Amino acid sequence: MEKKLGLDQQSQEEIVKRERKANSAWNKLKRNKTAMMGLVVICIMVLGALLAPVITGGKPNEIHPVDAYLKFFEKGHIFGTDEFGRDLFTRICYGARVSLLVAVGATIVGGFFGVALGLISGYAGGVIDSVIMRIMDGLLAFPFILMSIILMTVLGSGIFNVILAIGIAEIPRFARVVRGQVLIVKQEEYCNAGKVIGISHPRMVIFHILPNTVSEVIVYATLNIASAIISEASLSFLGLGIELPTASWGSILRSGRDCLNTAPHIAAISGLFILLTVIGFNLLGDGIRDVLDPKMKK
Amino acid sequence: MRETMGLDEPMLIQYRDYMLNVLRGDFGKSYSYNKPVLELIAGRIPNTLLLALPAIGIALLIGLVIGVLSAVNQGSWFDYVFMMLALVGVSMPIFWMGLMLVLLFSVNLGWLPAIGMGSAAKGIGNVIRHMILPCFCLSTIPTATFARITRSSILESIHGDAIRALRARGIREAIVVWKYALKSALPPIVTVLGLQLASCFAGAILTETIFSWPGMGTLIVGAIDNRDYALIQGAVLVIALAFVVINMIVDVVYMMINPKVSYEGGK
Repeated sequence: MEKKLGLDQQSQEEIVKRERKANSAWNKLKRNKTAMMGLVVICIMVLGALLAPVITGGKPNEIHPVDAYLKFFEKGHIFGTDEFGRDLFTRICYGARVSLLVAVGATIVGGFFGVALGLISGYAGGVIDSVIMRIMDGLLAFPFILMSIILMTVLGSGIFNVILAIGIAEIPRFARVVRGQVLIVKQEEYCNAGKVIGISHPRMVIFHILPNTVSEVIVYATLNIASAIISEASLSFLGLGIELPTASWGSILRSGRDCLNTAPHIAAISGLFILLTVIGFNLLGDGIRDVLDPKMKK
Repeated sequence: MRETMGLDEPMLIQYRDYMLNVLRGDFGKSYSYNKPVLELIAGRIPNTLLLALPAIGIALLIGLVIGVLSAVNQGSWFDYVFMMLALVGVSMPIFWMGLMLVLLFSVNLGWLPAIGMGSAAKGIGNVIRHMILPCFCLSTIPTATFARITRSSILESIHGDAIRALRARGIREAIVVWKYALKSALPPIVTVLGLQLASCFAGAILTETIFSWPGMGTLIVGAIDNRDYALIQGAVLVIALAFVVINMIVDVVYMMINPKVSYEGGK
């Protein structure tokens, strides 16, 4: 009898294990076709960016005036060349480095400070909450692109400043998302239990509240990378972002705009890469949200 | 020079003076145009509204129709195709789309003018022809956003008990969907309407730059190029103010259409 029970327990454990595995976030995400499509697009872009020196000639700024404005596949240039005869494929790959770096960097900057402020604000409540959130509301009164434009005007152009400008503009959005979540989480039973056994505030916030806001933050951050890519491109397009001749998708698009009549492929191809990458992050973000928050699934 | 512009005063005094002047309606003088900032802004706002309002109107109309039809035909090819298009729409870098529109309709086909806003003296048709491309460009993201939010909101209400009760009473499906389901799906749409209208003001910065439309956007970009700080400050302040006012109006409308929301009882 005991032996039978043992077997049953073992098989039960196995079933639970199997179910747990099947229901893990990653496995659920794997079953979501559109999210996987997004992930594939992102992986291709990231690989292209990382392997840029290997898959291209490695000289994004090399000028060949004789070969200016070549079309697709002319003289071995897959995407043709730009107004200075620079290989467009090389510049797109190197541009991916800058654009993705800025997008991820800005999201990390915005996410770090936004999450910190949101945690403090939501957990502390009272005057601290009011002060932090009123400042955040004030910042939110500026439309995103306008906020980054103002910051770029103050900071001056350059990769680091672009990351900073977009990141700062994102802080209030992260703070709001996290604060909302903290307000819910801190009412939970286990937080009350933590208070009763007398754990310190920092310990409570970092080990018990923060982990329960992570899913919201991941979803928001993924969708946010998409908008950060567009923001970088917008800033560079307006001439406020990445300085020439450094290639970024936005700066390539800007130079393509000036020769729209003679070489429309420059603007077309750089914009297409921005669009595809943004779609990729949006698909992945939507997918992650469906997995982590089934209530939101429509 | 420093004295006339008040630059020799401490920063706080300068700020106090600026804010006091703003309260009196004096935003200072733009040195690149040599005109009062308020006069410049007042001259440009109608042009921006001329783009933003039709763009939002078109977006709301098309977005609502697509959203409702997608929700009613959930899972059909219509739903699939249009939701895919909506995803592309919300991911669209509008400055790129603007350039591609110019390339297709102005450079290649020669159907529509690429820059400027035409002149009313040549007839209203001339201005409308100039408006088509920028309006279309500006309405892309709002259309896609409305379609997505309407679809999810209608789906939520259509599966509710109220709608099932209406159907049980034998009310025609079209009336159930377009009158009752849409009505209960309105609150999130109104919220998004406010946000989109406000961001249209900001989106106009890029759209107006591409199409050289003489509105607030080109005014700000020009001011930044010229480092015309009085003008930048004034324009930014006006846009932020518009953003806040629109959000406030949305809150009030929200309360009117959704009695469940109350800002007093803290429900």
